[in-house]
Amino acid sequence: MCRTHPSEPSAFITSGDSPIMTTRRSFIQKSIQGAAVATSGGMLWSYLAIQNARAEPSALRPPGALPDADFNALCIKCGRCVVACPYNTLTLAALADRAPLGTPYFEPRQIPCYLCHDIPCKAACPTGALSPTLDEVMDSRMGLAFIDTEHCLSWQGLRCEICYRVCPLRDQAIRVETRRRELSKHAMLLPMVLSEGCTGCGICENACPTEIAAIKVLPAELIQGKIGDHFRMGWTQAGGATSDPEPGETWKGQLDSAKDQGHAPGLDYLNAPEY
Amino acid sequence: MNHTTTTRLWHWRYLILRRIVQIGVLLLFFGTLHWGWSVFGLPLLSGNLSASEVLGQLTLADPFATLQILLTGHVLQSEVLLGAALVLGVFLVLGGRVWCSWVCPVNPVTDFAGFLHRKTWRKNLFGIPRHLRYAVLALALLLSVLIGLPAFEWVSPIGAMHREIIFGLGLGWTALLGLFLFDWLVVKQGWCGHLCPLGAFYSVVARHTAQIRVKFDQASCNGCGKCQAICPEPQVLNLKRLARDGQVLSGECTNCARCIPICPEKSLAFGWRRNPGPGSGPAQQQLIMKEDSP
Repeated sequence: MCRTHPSEPSAFITSGDSPIMTTRRSFIQKSIQGAAVATSGGMLWSYLAIQNARAEPSALRPPGALPDADFNALCIKCGRCVVACPYNTLTLAALADRAPLGTPYFEPRQIPCYLCHDIPCKAACPTGALSPTLDEVMDSRMGLAFIDTEHCLSWQGLRCEICYRVCPLRDQAIRVETRRRELSKHAMLLPMVLSEGCTGCGICENACPTEIAAIKVLPAELIQGKIGDHFRMGWTQAGGATSDPEPGETWKGQLDSAKDQGHAPGLDYLNAPEY
Repeated sequence: MNHTTTTRLWHWRYLILRRIVQIGVLLLFFGTLHWGWSVFGLPLLSGNLSASEVLGQLTLADPFATLQILLTGHVLQSEVLLGAALVLGVFLVLGGRVWCSWVCPVNPVTDFAGFLHRKTWRKNLFGIPRHLRYAVLALALLLSVLIGLPAFEWVSPIGAMHREIIFGLGLGWTALLGLFLFDWLVVKQGWCGHLCPLGAFYSVVARHTAQIRVKFDQASCNGCGKCQAICPEPQVLNLKRLARDGQVLSGECTNCARCIPICPEKSLAFGWRRNPGPGSGPAQQQLIMKEDSP
């Protein structure tokens, strides 16, 4: 191999009958070898980096974190958010931790995000990986809580509702629905998450009294479904065929008005007396 | 303290100073995070070597990491851009690779591997060219564009090391162990001297601006070669070029100063850069002519 300093021209010239041809040939050979090493090395390197970035999609990010692709590019892995957090919620992922290398994350079962109003972690971020446009911490979407109803005490009929009591956005991020309990006189009080309000702070997961939390927080894209635009919920559309009839109005009249409005009558046409 | 101890300490002065600076910087980060070190209620130094904040006011950032993020096509806040420019400016003046031998936490590891190589092994498994690091640097920048991630920051053993020292231990030490074994048993100075793109970055950017240089006094040099034997980048101590320039001009010199105390003739010393111009002294003119003649 070449151990001579590159500034010494002899490094590339080998002996032979035709030094110029040999030099050119060896130059081309070396170029091709170099390109081969660079290509394979570059592919291995890219693979390592991309694998690393995608390894743990379940990691929860601090408030204001941009979508994964932008966050992973912008985060300089300095840990200033970790230093700024007054509750020691955040950890900077070491190699083989449960988050992409060097990025901040938290595990709410250990310490949840307590939703500081001044969002010190976001303020400390020098690059903007934690969005500087997040002004109200309650608008942050770190993840989404979901309930394992099979192992939730409330859903099994015990009185618990701790997740509901501790939620900083009670009745906006989580509500309790009552249901008749057939076994005894008192009702069941069933906690249900409202995805529109949930910040993913994880205070509920932290407080859940079961051995393994029955309410957990994960990034919304891992657990949240989407109905799709091709389904029509007729009863949510004002003035549709399925709205309650005005007093004295006939089903026939309602159907006609729905047809006039250019859409088909909804499900309830089966109940209309004319059919 | 007797005379011999003082002499020894004096002999190792730069090495001791470098270790103090390297450990001290990490300690400032560690103390601010874990022990709440502050001045007038302002946190002393929060963050790590990728980016940090001094006394809650001044942002510093790694210029190479910043460049990679910019190449992913993302817009950065001015705060980190200014921080990177500041750090870059300081190292441009001090000598780019002053980062490597005075701040980088990997340096003690590879220095120790180099020491063991010199004392116990002395064999390279294979040779790799020292300018390979510039290809790695180019690849780091190109891949940042192609995969949309700051490519080196996602695999950097340097980052893994200071992050895990400051923020808590993970498996990053395995990368360091690999690097140590590579440097000791496979290629001497394999990482810092052949592969590291961060060192290559600082070599390139500061090669014409570094103001603190190792100066060479040709009159006293007896050509014993001890400096080259100890130097982690021995190609920068090419005697012909030293004689011509009167100083180490190569951007690959890390200003580690291992060569200065080891020189028995005191021919080497730190000094200010003097750019070689057409009006060099007669002795140097003569040398250049001698070198050029067949």
